[in-house]
Amino acid sequence: MTTTLNRPAAGKAATKPAVTFRQRLSVFDLKVSPYLYIAPFFILFALVGLFPLGYTFFVSLFDWHLLRGQGEFVGLQNFQEVFQDRFFWNSLFNTMSIFLLSTIPQLVVAISIAAVLDQNLRARTFWRMSILLPYVVTPVAVAMIFANMFGEQYGLINNILASFGVDPIMWKNETLPSHIAIATMVNWRWTGYNALILLAAMQAVPRDIYESAAIDGAGPFRRFFSITLPSIRPTMIFVVITATIGGLQIFTEPRLFDPRTAGGTAKQFQTTVLYLWEMAFQRQNFGKAATIAWILFLIIVLFGVINWLISRRIATSGDDRGGNRRARRRKRPVAPAAVLPAVGAQPPAPSADTAGEPLAGPTTRSGR
Amino acid sequence: MTVTQTRPAASKPSTPRSLATRKALFGNGRRPGFLTYGLLIAFFLASAYPLWWSVIIGSRSNEALGQTWPPLLPGGNFWTNVGEVFDTIPFWLALGNSVLISSIITVSVVGFSTLAGYSFAKLKFKGRTGLMVAVVATMAIPTQLGIIPLFMLMRTLGWTGEIGAVVIPTLVTAFGVFFMRQYLVDVIPDELIESARMDGASMISTFFHVALPAARPAMAILGLFTFMTAWTDFLWPLLVLDAGNPTLQTALSQLQSARYVDYSIVLAGAVLATLPLLVLFAVAGRQLISGIMQGAVKG
Repeated sequence: MTTTLNRPAAGKAATKPAVTFRQRLSVFDLKVSPYLYIAPFFILFALVGLFPLGYTFFVSLFDWHLLRGQGEFVGLQNFQEVFQDRFFWNSLFNTMSIFLLSTIPQLVVAISIAAVLDQNLRARTFWRMSILLPYVVTPVAVAMIFANMFGEQYGLINNILASFGVDPIMWKNETLPSHIAIATMVNWRWTGYNALILLAAMQAVPRDIYESAAIDGAGPFRRFFSITLPSIRPTMIFVVITATIGGLQIFTEPRLFDPRTAGGTAKQFQTTVLYLWEMAFQRQNFGKAATIAWILFLIIVLFGVINWLISRRIATSGDDRGGNRRARRRKRPVAPAAVLPAVGAQPPAPSADTAGEPLAGPTTRSGR
Repeated sequence: MTVTQTRPAASKPSTPRSLATRKALFGNGRRPGFLTYGLLIAFFLASAYPLWWSVIIGSRSNEALGQTWPPLLPGGNFWTNVGEVFDTIPFWLALGNSVLISSIITVSVVGFSTLAGYSFAKLKFKGRTGLMVAVVATMAIPTQLGIIPLFMLMRTLGWTGEIGAVVIPTLVTAFGVFFMRQYLVDVIPDELIESARMDGASMISTFFHVALPAARPAMAILGLFTFMTAWTDFLWPLLVLDAGNPTLQTALSQLQSARYVDYSIVLAGAVLATLPLLVLFAVAGRQLISGIMQGAVKG
C-alpha cells in the first residue's frame, strides 16, 4: 500500500501536468465506477419493480377501468368495497388453505427424502437427479398433467379409486378436493427441490456429533430428532419463507386446473392472484384489482416480517447445537452479528436466508 | 467382522481401531440397506410417473382415459397428436419466443448482477453497506404484484404483443446481485484487484480481466436458474402477449382452453414443451443440483 502511495508522488515531481491529468482521471475512475456498476440495477429495479408497486396504490385510489382509463378519485372506497367483498375473503381462504396443504406435507416429505439421501448411497447423483426431475416440468405443463389425472369422469385417480370400488371424488367441484389437487401440483414440483436444500443443510452438520451421540447410545431416530432436526431448523425456516412468498401468489395451477372458469364454478379454488386477474382483465376494474394487489402485497410483507422474527429466534438458538439452554440464551445476542458480518442488519443466518434463493427465490416460486 | 476389526486394533494401539469402528458404525463406509433403496425407488416413481403418464396419454387417444385399468405403455399415436398440436398452436414461433425472451433476461440479469455484485463485494464506496441492505430487503418484495401499472405502461407505450414487453419487468433481480456479491466476496483476493490497478488497469478493465473470469462459475449457476424462471413464467406473458405471438407456456395453455379438451393432444403438447428442459436437465442436471445445494449452505 505504501508503495502505491509513494510512486505517483515521485512521478508527480518529474512530469507534472500529464500525470496530474491521468491521476485525476484515475481518481475519478476509482470514485465513480462503483456507483456506475450498481446504477443499472438500482435504476432498472426502481423503474420496473418499485415504481409499479407504488403506482398500484395510486391506481387503487381511483375508479379505473381497463379501457376507459383513470376515472374519479374515490379515496379508500375501493378498499372498503374489497374488504366487504365475500369473494375476496373466499380467495384469501382458498389461498391459505392451498398454501397450508402444500407447505406442511411438502416440508415433512422433503425432510424424509433428505434424510434418506443423506447416507452413503450408491449412484448418489442419479437419486438426486431423480427427485429433482419434476422441477424441470413447467407449472403450465404440471397443471395440464394433473388436471388430467384429477379429472372427475375419466381421471386416472378416479379410475383407480373406482376399480377399488370407491366412489369418484369431485376433484374440481368440491372445495377441499380441489385444494388438495392444486396443492399436489405444487408439492410434486417443489418437494424434491426443497429436499436438496435440506440435504445440503444436513450434510453441513458435523459428523462427529452423530458419532458421539451414537457412542452415548442414541439410536438413529433419536439422532435424527435430537441432532438433525435442530441443526437444519434455519434452513427449514428458509424453505417455509420462500414457500410463503410463492404460495401466496399462486396463479398458474388454479388458473389451468379448470381453464374455462376463473377458479371453479363456485370459485371454490379461486386464489387471490387469480381473483386479481379476474377483476382486472375480465371485469376490467383496474381500481379494485390494484386494491387487491396492494392488500396482498401488505399481507406478504406481513408474513415476511413474521417469518423473519421467527427465523431470527430459531436461527440463533439453533446455532449452538450442543449447548444447554442457558448457554444458548447467552449466545443469542452475539450470534447474528457473528453469522452475518458483511450484510449487517439483514435477515439473519446466511444459512437460513441466503439458502438457495436463486432457486426458490420469490420470482421462481411466484405462481405466475 | 468384529474379529477382523479388533485384531488390527490390538496390534496397533487405539487410533486405527477407533477409526475402523467409526467407519463401520456411521462413517462413510456404512452402506444403507434395502429399505433405503426401496424408499428411493418410491420417490423416483412418484417423481417420474406423472411425466410417464403424460407420455402414455400423449401417445394414445382420448379413449385411453376411459379404461378402468390405466395403460402402462405408450401407444403409437404420438406423432399424430404432435401434428394436431402444431395445427392448433404456433409451436415453433412460441418456442423461438421463449428461447429469445429467456436468453435476453438471462444475459441481462447475469450481466447486471455480476457488475453490481462485484462492486458491492470488492470496491469501496460511500453508502455501500446501506445500499447492500437495500438490495437484500428488496429480495423479499413481491414485485410481481405491480402487474397492473406495468400493464398500463406497456399499453401506453404500445408494446403489448411484443417480446420487449415480456422482457422488461425482469431485467434485473435483487437476488442476482446478492448472489453474485456473496460469491465474489470470497473468491477474488483484494491483492489481485490492487495489483491490476497498480499495473495501470482502469476500473472497468479490472472488472473484465479479474472479476469476470473469477465470477464465471457463479454466473453459470445464476444464469441457469434465471433461464428456468423466465422460461416457466406464465402470468405476465399471458397478460401482455396475444395468442398469435405467444411464449411456449401461454401457447401450451391455449391447448387446454379449447371448448372440447382432447387430453391426448394436450398432454402431447405438455411432453413436447417439457423436452427442451429435459435435455437441459440431462446436460446441466449436476450443476442444477450443486447450485441448489450450494445456495443452501453458502449463498
